[in-house]
Amino acid sequence: MSRRPPLSAYAAAALLLLAVAGPLLTPDDPDAGNLRERLLAPGSAGHPLGTDTQGRDVLSRLLVAAGPSLLGGLLPVVVATLAGGLLGIAAGLGGRTTENVLLRALDVLYAFPGVLLAITVATVLRPGLLATVVSLSVVLTPAVTRVAFTEVRRIRTAAFLEAARVSGAGAASVAVRQVAPVVAPVLLVYASSLVGLAVVYAAGLSFLGLGVPPPAAEWGAMLDELRPSLLTRPEVAVLPAVTILVVSVVFNCLGEALRRRAGGGHEVGRPPAVEAAR
Amino acid sequence: MTHDEAAAPGDGALLRLDRVSKRYRRDALALDGVSLRVAAGETVGLVGESGSGKSTLARLALGLLAPDSGTVRFDGHDPHRLRGTAGRRVRARLQFVPQQPRGSLNPALRAGEAVAFALRLHGTPRRERPDRVADLFRKVGLDPGLARRRPRELSGGQVQRVAVARALATRPDLIVCDEPTSALDTTVQAQVLDLLAGLQERLGVAYLFISHDLAVVRRLAHRVVVLRHGRIVEEGDAASLWEVPRHPYTRALLAADDGAPARRRAPEPPTPTRPGDPEPVGEPSAP
Repeated sequence: MSRRPPLSAYAAAALLLLAVAGPLLTPDDPDAGNLRERLLAPGSAGHPLGTDTQGRDVLSRLLVAAGPSLLGGLLPVVVATLAGGLLGIAAGLGGRTTENVLLRALDVLYAFPGVLLAITVATVLRPGLLATVVSLSVVLTPAVTRVAFTEVRRIRTAAFLEAARVSGAGAASVAVRQVAPVVAPVLLVYASSLVGLAVVYAAGLSFLGLGVPPPAAEWGAMLDELRPSLLTRPEVAVLPAVTILVVSVVFNCLGEALRRRAGGGHEVGRPPAVEAAR
Repeated sequence: MTHDEAAAPGDGALLRLDRVSKRYRRDALALDGVSLRVAAGETVGLVGESGSGKSTLARLALGLLAPDSGTVRFDGHDPHRLRGTAGRRVRARLQFVPQQPRGSLNPALRAGEAVAFALRLHGTPRRERPDRVADLFRKVGLDPGLARRRPRELSGGQVQRVAVARALATRPDLIVCDEPTSALDTTVQAQVLDLLAGLQERLGVAYLFISHDLAVVRRLAHRVVVLRHGRIVEEGDAASLWEVPRHPYTRALLAADDGAPARRRAPEPPTPTRPGDPEPVGEPSAP
């Protein structure tokens, strides 16, 4: 087993760097349109990836959009991991009633198709990054909770927890100092595999006009703006989609690589898919 | 049903169980009117086959379970109701060394952290913990450098020594050992038993020592209690029990254990219900 980080880790790091530094790297003003330079092909002078329907530089817009687009995928995963970890540990350690109430409540959320649930929640809120983060957190939390709960259930009767309780450790102390260290690495692996999915969902919400509102650039929103030009300038219109695809694949590979390496001591099984059977 | 000889002496007993019964949902009684005493500095061996109620008794003694009827008292306190700071002070004196090396330490924590956790609960300041951990590691015959290892990087014997160190961290008067050596090789088993015996000599700690293995109990126990189907079928001081076992079940257990030469033990010995069972239970060395 090699200790070198997987290739996907470098790719993910590069993407994050790009998201942070994107606005500094733009060759052109991402919001400045030029009606005489609409829908230029990639490779045109000054516009390596062409221009959109308003004559704005597509490369610049893709770069500026990296921040909000990745944030729309990453933040919900962070929120869902924290919330799901907390709920999963509470369900696993809280006794029969807590377990049943929490898990059945999450089953109700599970019952809705993920996309529909995200759209419903996002519709209630004002379009923007917050709507994306909240709605995707709601979609992802049940799955994370399942993973955390499964892990807690695996160890909750372990002798080391009995020994901790015998030593006088209270419920909070057991949860934070004994159970959380066991659950955390498993959740980290699972969370990394969710980012790719969340990025696609976030772009989907923007595509529908529920995410970051125009004129701010976002990959999903760009896809929507370029949609009418799919037949006239397909080589430009597909660029936001390709970007979303690449990012999603990178994070999926990272999740898969981390899962394969995880364990050593104990198995980290393939966790339930968010989209299982949907 | 009850055992009056168990209830007779035992003033000044550290641990007292009086007519304790416990049933798990709809199952047969796991424990049926069991009374037991452990005095300070004493080792009581609790013997019985799988399912005899040994582990239930351990969990009751530790306060991890509450009895359905009867009372459990550790130094006058009900261990199941020890809460808060005052309860923790009493708790500190009642500790636990669990069974399988796999589950007795948290796989996510370093060995030293497991011991430091117990120290922390009992108010050892953060600065002093590393020194105390090193002390405790030396006390159980481990290189303090192993404190940085995770359980999967330790051998089974080392893991159980760490578990003993964790139990010692709070200066206990009584340690409940639930099959602490049953998953270990015979030689490692003997080393851990010697360690426990040595600690008793130096620190005066009492043990409630639970095992299905008479050879192990014979090495360590002053008194032996034989449990079967949740009831005590025989008890007495170790020497006389071996000389004149009264209950046929005890005789069967002894027959299965009859002075066999040391050999590697099977994970679980045959159920010694038939006298003259062909498979002897290995014994590390002569008592």
